[in-house]
Amino acid sequence: MKKFIHDFKVIKKWLPGSNHVILHLLCSEPLPPIKAGQFAEILIPDEPEVFLRRPISIHDVDTKNNTISLFVKIVGKGTYKLSELRVDDTLNLLYPLGQGFEFPEHDKILLVGGGCGVAPLLFLAHSLSQHNYHPDILIGSRNADEIHETGEYEKYGNLYLITEDGSLGEKGLVTHHSIFKTDEFKYKIVYACGPEGMLKAVNQKLKGFDTEVFVSLENTMACGIGACLSCVVKTTTGNRCVCTEGPVFNTKELAGW
Amino acid sequence: MKDLSVKLHSLELRNPVMTASGTFGYGWEYEDFVDLSKLGGIVVKATTGSHREGNPYPRMAETPHGMLNAIGLQNKGVDYFIKAIYPAISDFPTNVIVNVSGSTVEEYESVAEKINELEKIPAIELNISCPNVKEGGMAFGTSCASAQAVTRAVRKVYKKTLIVKLSPNVTSIVEIAKGVEDEGADSISLINTLLGMAIDVEKRKPVLSTITGGLSGPAIKPVALRMVWQVSQEVKIPVIGIGGISNASDAISFLLAGASAIQVGTANFIDPSVTMKIVAGIEDYLERHRIDSVKDLVGALDVS
Ligand SMILES: Cc1cc2nc3c(=O)[nH]c(=O)nc-3n(C[C@H](O)[C@H](O)[C@H](O)COP(=O)(O)OP(=O)(O)OC[C@H]3O[C@@H](n4cnc5c(N)ncnc54)[C@H](O)[C@@H]3O)c2cc1C
Ligand SMILES: Cc1cc2nc3c(=O)[nH]c(=O)nc-3n(C[C@H](O)[C@H](O)[C@H](O)COP(=O)(O)O)c2cc1C
Ligand code: FES
Repeated sequence: MKKFIHDFKVIKKWLPGSNHVILHLLCSEPLPPIKAGQFAEILIPDEPEVFLRRPISIHDVDTKNNTISLFVKIVGKGTYKLSELRVDDTLNLLYPLGQGFEFPEHDKILLVGGGCGVAPLLFLAHSLSQHNYHPDILIGSRNADEIHETGEYEKYGNLYLITEDGSLGEKGLVTHHSIFKTDEFKYKIVYACGPEGMLKAVNQKLKGFDTEVFVSLENTMACGIGACLSCVVKTTTGNRCVCTEGPVFNTKELAGW
Repeated sequence: MKDLSVKLHSLELRNPVMTASGTFGYGWEYEDFVDLSKLGGIVVKATTGSHREGNPYPRMAETPHGMLNAIGLQNKGVDYFIKAIYPAISDFPTNVIVNVSGSTVEEYESVAEKINELEKIPAIELNISCPNVKEGGMAFGTSCASAQAVTRAVRKVYKKTLIVKLSPNVTSIVEIAKGVEDEGADSISLINTLLGMAIDVEKRKPVLSTITGGLSGPAIKPVALRMVWQVSQEVKIPVIGIGGISNASDAISFLLAGASAIQVGTANFIDPSVTMKIVAGIEDYLERHRIDSVKDLVGALDVS
């Protein structure tokens, strides 16, 4: 897919809770086709401490209004700077990068998101529903304050929630949710995003089931376009670039999973 | 029209702007952003005698105005290069230069000998300066005797333009530059990355899997510029300046210091189209200063 460098204007900014920011961005050019699971490399403006672009997933796309949204967890200098942007500020994106999710043959699909890893799931749920799939969506988090946009997800599928402190939905870690407990786990395809520990736990949980697990990895990146080989993950066929061959991988291909 | 062309021994470049090995893939990664026919040349990824997996992840750490890398020469080996990659890049409308690496003199020699047979590759760049492999690599570039030994062996089998890429991790870069010139190098490129390190204090662990890695980007530019200046004073063969070049003004400063051409590395990661802006900026500079040929800038630093 052809890649672009475009300037976007911040048209809406929302700070749900203390450590997340959701940005709605208007593209200065017509948006190119974007697939769920793809990401952008973002130039952090006016922050001399940040040298490289920052990879952030496309959270959702609104082709009608020529806008995209980003869902960012504030973890350091670059993401903090993103949370400080104001409406009308400009942001430079190199995108759309990576392969994104493939649409499956089955309609027994479960999307699993943990923490900030939910970012690509909204667009995935949105795209799946546009293609007449009916995914179930499970989101886990530390507490109710970290779960946002539930109404958005509910537009596209059944939403299940779990929090570590039980403040919303069931209580426990994502893999403790009753969805995983049934003797007849019904999903053929699981798409999971989130911290690597959570992804591995989900994958482990589903070993022995007749289920394919796809995960979106967040290796640190420099170029984002397959040139520097910084972002590799060990697979059954050797080191592969997360930025161009991922970020979504079938866990069967990942060595040591 | 200004004359942007330069010559590195018998290699003619339409302009002095090239891309640095390991930062530009095989060129096709940048096809949406760069018109290759507007570049002086591209130096493709390091090629070794056989397949290498490179170092374990993490291989990259951001640093102030730069980055550390420890890729470790990941590539599929020279035979794969000839079979699968060469056909795809041999018709690129620019000079395609192969960066040759190895762990032994014999490995360098055999890779160079094989690349010598490739009609559309007009030059190689001998990488005797990679800090990220256990044996070989930088070890060859940090002693004058071994730098000379590799250059001598490769010179015997390689008939086209031979560029030797120097490591900055040495006490006297001039001595090594003169040493490889004596062994028949046609051109010298410098610098490769500076050995560095980063620590994650929260985890009390090194950021890179290899503990140390190679520093690149604007942070190294003053060091690179100084080395290009010193070397170009002392050798007769053309010098290629590399290190932190991110815009036309950086590129011109290297030309003024004595480089006949330059390579752009890490800056491609921040702006994949940066090389196009650098070419345009050099042309604009010539216009503004009423200089007809970029060759007139080479070594034109006024130190009076
Ligand atoms: C393909 C991809 C998609 C991503 N999508 C999103 C997204 O939609 N929303 C979002 O909030 N984040 C996402 N991330 C993660 C995001 O890129 C990092 O959180 C961000 O780069 C951190 O930048 P910073 O300057 O704020 O942190 P820094 O100041 O650079 O670092 C702060 C701390 O975060 C750690 N850190 C930095 N980068 C990463 C990383 N990639 N993985 C793990 N730890 C890291 C550092 O080790 C350090 O401890 C994605 C990453 C990738 C590779
Ligand atoms: C990710 C990365 C990979 C590199 N790989 C190679 C390589 O394979 N061979 C080589 O000779 N130099 C390699 N280099 C060094 C660059 O070609 C260049 O000499 C160095 O980065 C300094 O230039 P810069 O500051 O413009 O990046 C690499 C640099 C980076 C950042
Ligand atoms: S980030 Fe450069 S190859 Fe993936």
